[in-house]
Amino acid sequence: MANSNLEGFTADISESFSGPNWLSEIRNEAYSQLDHVEAPNTEEEVWRYSRVNELNLGELTPSSNRPENFTALPIDRFSSSSATVVLQDGWISNITIEKEAEEDGVIICPVGDLEDGVKYFGAALEKPVDLFGYLNRAFGPEPLVVVVPKGKVVKGPIVIVSLTDTSEAVFPRIIIHCEDNSEVKVVEVQTSSNTEAVISPVLEVTVGQAARYSHCVVQNLGARTWQFAHQAVDAGKDASAEFFIAGIGGEYARTRTDCRLTGRGAFSRINAAYFGEDDQTMDFRTFQDHISSDTTSDLLFKGALGDSSRSIYSGLTKIRPEASRIRANQTNRNIKLDPEAWAESIPNLEIENNDVVCSHASTVSPVDENELFYIESRGVPTPVAERLILEGFFNEIISSFPVEEVSAILQEAIVGKLDRRTLDQSEQLHE
Amino acid sequence: MTNSSLVISNLHVSVSGKSILKGFNLEILPGEVHVVMGPNGSGKSTLSYALMGHPDYEVTEGTVTLDGKDMLALPSWERAQAGLFLCLQHPIEVPGVTLESVLTESARAAGRETSMIRQQMIEEAESIGFEEKFLERPLNVDLSGGEKKRNETLQLGVLGARYAVLDEIDSGLDVDALAAVSQRIQGFTDEQNLGVLAITHFSRLLEVLEPDKIHILNDGCIQLTGGPELVNRLEEEGYQGLLGT
Repeated sequence: MANSNLEGFTADISESFSGPNWLSEIRNEAYSQLDHVEAPNTEEEVWRYSRVNELNLGELTPSSNRPENFTALPIDRFSSSSATVVLQDGWISNITIEKEAEEDGVIICPVGDLEDGVKYFGAALEKPVDLFGYLNRAFGPEPLVVVVPKGKVVKGPIVIVSLTDTSEAVFPRIIIHCEDNSEVKVVEVQTSSNTEAVISPVLEVTVGQAARYSHCVVQNLGARTWQFAHQAVDAGKDASAEFFIAGIGGEYARTRTDCRLTGRGAFSRINAAYFGEDDQTMDFRTFQDHISSDTTSDLLFKGALGDSSRSIYSGLTKIRPEASRIRANQTNRNIKLDPEAWAESIPNLEIENNDVVCSHASTVSPVDENELFYIESRGVPTPVAERLILEGFFNEIISSFPVEEVSAILQEAIVGKLDRRTLDQSEQLHE
Repeated sequence: MTNSSLVISNLHVSVSGKSILKGFNLEILPGEVHVVMGPNGSGKSTLSYALMGHPDYEVTEGTVTLDGKDMLALPSWERAQAGLFLCLQHPIEVPGVTLESVLTESARAAGRETSMIRQQMIEEAESIGFEEKFLERPLNVDLSGGEKKRNETLQLGVLGARYAVLDEIDSGLDVDALAAVSQRIQGFTDEQNLGVLAITHFSRLLEVLEPDKIHILNDGCIQLTGGPELVNRLEEEGYQGLLGT
């Protein structure tokens, strides 16, 4: 049996979760397949350089009790939000929808509250891609679903805060469906207390014809938390799907993003900024699948790695044989700030059509010596010059985020990390 | 007594283990303009980078003092704070970093008032015909060669350096830009006693800038020193004729 070490993940627990019958069936089916799913290991390309081998699943149990006390959450800064949702340990604990969004018919609820909820589950992700995906199906509380009606433009962002305050394994799932010609921005704040939780959240998004979807992730997990996140989006004809990721916290934080450009003329963007410190690992995997013609994908990941932190960027842009007139950019830039820091960057292209304009670029290097010299030669002290360059480096990503408050959170996080560096450097000088 | 001057004595500099400057000597007094000319590969740019402390340029022998202060013992930023300015031949593009933030941090490190920086930038820009809209650009990003040199001159003005090393400030400048930039530098020299070490290939910089001394650099050290008339001889005879090589 491949997963004999999943002792804590019992059928009893899987069956204990509430929800409609169809959801129980999904859980049962996923549970029955667990024995046949290979545990991830670093021999596989998609897990190469990851720290999955350090994870002992046998020591874990799934979180199965709805938390009773909910912690106050930092959501007040999103003053213009159209709705706020709080998930705790994966359970939906609170949903507030502003009047305008409600009048527009925006639906935000547990998926079981919808008669046709089953049609949304798995719409962008028919089959789990790995063991964590199966575990999410088998041990996830009732998912949250967001439906934006046809033609509606949701003005302020929908803010979803996911807080984990347990040391068990947690499996949240968010399902979003944008009907044709609708527009919405979603902000997902991932946070955890100082626990050794292992979180495997799944996000599924379907973007209908000519709809515009933006998703900002603020990954600000506690320093001991591990995360295996999977985001999957399916973009229809002339649809736009944009992801913005701020990688700030966590001990090991992995985010896999799959963009499926299904409809002709669809567009996808993934921009990410990450800043590792101490012994953090930031792990990003992206898949851009150009299924139809005239589709465009753009990707820009920028990271800085300090102390003995590590990052992995591995991306595949795939152009199918029947997809013509494709544009695809994939860029990953890393600044290695300390000798012990480490970044791996693997951009890949798989092109099966001739009519394409594709580019990919990746760099891993220290702060540019000439940029540093230039700024220093104007009388700016070395640590301050390094700081200016790093702030400038991230500025391109920060300014691209479509929600001001998220840009501000990312900016503050970067400044905070830079402050800690400056402090460490001055302490070292005085030792 | 501290002598007010920039003194370069017996300077030897290596790049990647290769010896480029081999005993360079020069003294510049406040308000003086010294011009160093020389063929390609004679060590002109090496001189400018070594003076400012670029990590790729290793000083193997010699001293550089600014008003008696040992420059070679200082990191680049402290040399700048001491009053040395390098106007680069190819100013570096730094995406995401604004000119104002750099000049502000420099003033802050010097313990100077920072609230006037913006105004100073605008005034300096106006005096050399540097369009104000360029002040918003990240450092040198998407500026033409001429705009970059105006930007360097602007920084020289705001930082208020005491000695400026101009590494081919005239290259890539059109006639109008060259006139504006060289007039401004001559102004710093006349009014603020700026000492200038101008490195150039061409005599056209000297149509506005009034040199006190011309030095011909070849094979890592000064081979010949003279007054402004040396430029005319150089035009007629070339380096080969002048140096008898």
